[in-house]
Amino acid sequence: MKKKLSFDIAKALLLARLKQTLVAAIGVTFSITMFITLLSFMTGLNKLLDNLIINRTPHVRLFNEIQQNPNQPITLVPQYKGAHHFISSIKTANSREELYNSSAILRTLRADSRVQGISQKINTPAFFNEGNTRIAATINGIDVQSENSLFHFFDYITKGVAENLGIIPNSIVPGKALADKLAVDIGDMVYVTMPTGETFPLKVVAFYQSGINDLDKVIAFTSIATAQKLLGKPANYLTEVQVRLNDIAIAPAVAKEYRHLFGIQAEDIQTANAQFETGTSIRTLISYVVGITLLIVAGFGIYNILNMMIYEKMDTIAILKATGFSGRDVKQIFMLIALSIGFFGGLAGLLFGYGLSVIIDNIPFNTAALPTIKTYPVNYNPVYYMIGILFSLLTTYLAGYFPAAKAGRIDPVVIIRGK
Amino acid sequence: METPILEARHISKSFHEQLNTQVLTDISFTVNKGEFVSVVGKSGCGKSTLLYILSTMDTDYEGELLIDNELVTGKKAARLAEIRNEKIGFVFQFHYLLNEFTVLRNVMLPGLKLNRLTEMQVEQNARKWLTALDIVHLENKLPNKLSGGEKQRVAIARALINDPHIIMGDEPTGNLDKKNSQIVFDIFNTLSGKFGQTLLIVTHDPEFASHTKRTIEMEDGRIKKQ
Repeated sequence: MKKKLSFDIAKALLLARLKQTLVAAIGVTFSITMFITLLSFMTGLNKLLDNLIINRTPHVRLFNEIQQNPNQPITLVPQYKGAHHFISSIKTANSREELYNSSAILRTLRADSRVQGISQKINTPAFFNEGNTRIAATINGIDVQSENSLFHFFDYITKGVAENLGIIPNSIVPGKALADKLAVDIGDMVYVTMPTGETFPLKVVAFYQSGINDLDKVIAFTSIATAQKLLGKPANYLTEVQVRLNDIAIAPAVAKEYRHLFGIQAEDIQTANAQFETGTSIRTLISYVVGITLLIVAGFGIYNILNMMIYEKMDTIAILKATGFSGRDVKQIFMLIALSIGFFGGLAGLLFGYGLSVIIDNIPFNTAALPTIKTYPVNYNPVYYMIGILFSLLTTYLAGYFPAAKAGRIDPVVIIRGK
Repeated sequence: METPILEARHISKSFHEQLNTQVLTDISFTVNKGEFVSVVGKSGCGKSTLLYILSTMDTDYEGELLIDNELVTGKKAARLAEIRNEKIGFVFQFHYLLNEFTVLRNVMLPGLKLNRLTEMQVEQNARKWLTALDIVHLENKLPNKLSGGEKQRVAIARALINDPHIIMGDEPTGNLDKKNSQIVFDIFNTLSGKFGQTLLIVTHDPEFASHTKRTIEMEDGRIKKQ
């Protein structure tokens, strides 16, 4: 049968019962709207929370842990080999925080095709002088540009210009909480006493706010060169290399490889943050379950309305069959009715869902913990829109199938004789 | 030589639900091209049941049915629908027009389904028949705005749209007043005389039957006289 004819008949039947059709379509629209909004908002929030960790956590972190030498003199004595050694008060005398042969490590990492980027770092404890009080903190010497490109450093700058860290010598970016404690503003000097006992004046060029206040109280950033100067170390001195990979999933394998290759500590992100994945996947799962439940409820609505429509249209079905429309044609017509309710209802749902997402996206959302966030986070992922329309078609197909099959089986003789 | 359009061979039917009530017993007859046949009988004698078997809509019977020399007994439902569409035109007691479509569209539907002519040609044919039946001025109205007689004429136009081999009527005048009955009968008569259209009409109206060229009389599921 010509498709156009089926469409014409389906359309005529739909328009003849416009109110019912609208009720059915609104059911689909509502559920798709909620499905889209819920998923966009939920995953937006998820992404935000994940990014708090992922954006600032290297996929693999290479560092040297201060530890006792596992090869103590007694293990070298042949006659005690295999025996259990009791040794008291071992000191970590020759252990250093420095990465040995750092330039060779950097060269190897830069040549590795799995590596998206690296960021060098120097970690050192320091004291900030506030009058007579000394505030203990950690100074991180960073390469500003690579730190920003890999870990979105600039996103967390709430005031000042962080680029100046690489331009102005002896400059520092303290955490906002630390700056408040020291009562300094941009352009002020802070005095830092190093573990070696030397004191340096440093100029504040920006404030940093990570979202975790406790961290902001004890962290300050400076450039690699400044950090090396503070410690009185040469230009190849590094304590940590942070690696960002192209594929986060291979981090544990890569970390293991580097551990063997460089003979240093290498920690992957999965080991460091095992808990956050679980929360994300459960939140996403809940959103899907709620969305799909809404759609199934809408599906029952469509099923009911189609069933009613078929009872009302018994005469029409009988006459169509008597004049030569086969059971398949009739079934096709009712499937078209169901699917067009699903399609147009779903399409409207996508539009409303998008609209609602935009509204949520513009609702102010200010929290001290998240300085860069001004409104509620929404994830406009086209995949949800695809799933939404596919699922609305699928639900209406299933809901329409049984009533349509029933319509196809109607015996015209029974209807015509029954008058 | 006469061409048989419809041939019933030993058709019997019984309802199984109520202790195998026999409704039709060994019905055999032939309708030739151009004949105007009426089937008469009292209410419940099985004439309507016979018509639904002859129209291929009811397939639960014994015996054989040939339409246009093609054996239709045992054919698949989809093929039967095609045969109904192409070769049979129906006129029912209750007019059974689709209230969702205009008069013109109602007449066109079986033609569009057949898909032998373009939509334009089907529309021309529909208008031609509506003109012939003197109801072309109603073409854009919805069926529920028409009178009973008008509706029945629309149904006749619809039955004619695919140039069927045979038109079957189930009490087509049963629901009409005398004047409209006469109009419908005259239309059938014209179709038969002027266009050579084959007609098989079930009726309980003895006057209607008496004016047809051939009458098959039924009683208790058998043919009494033909």
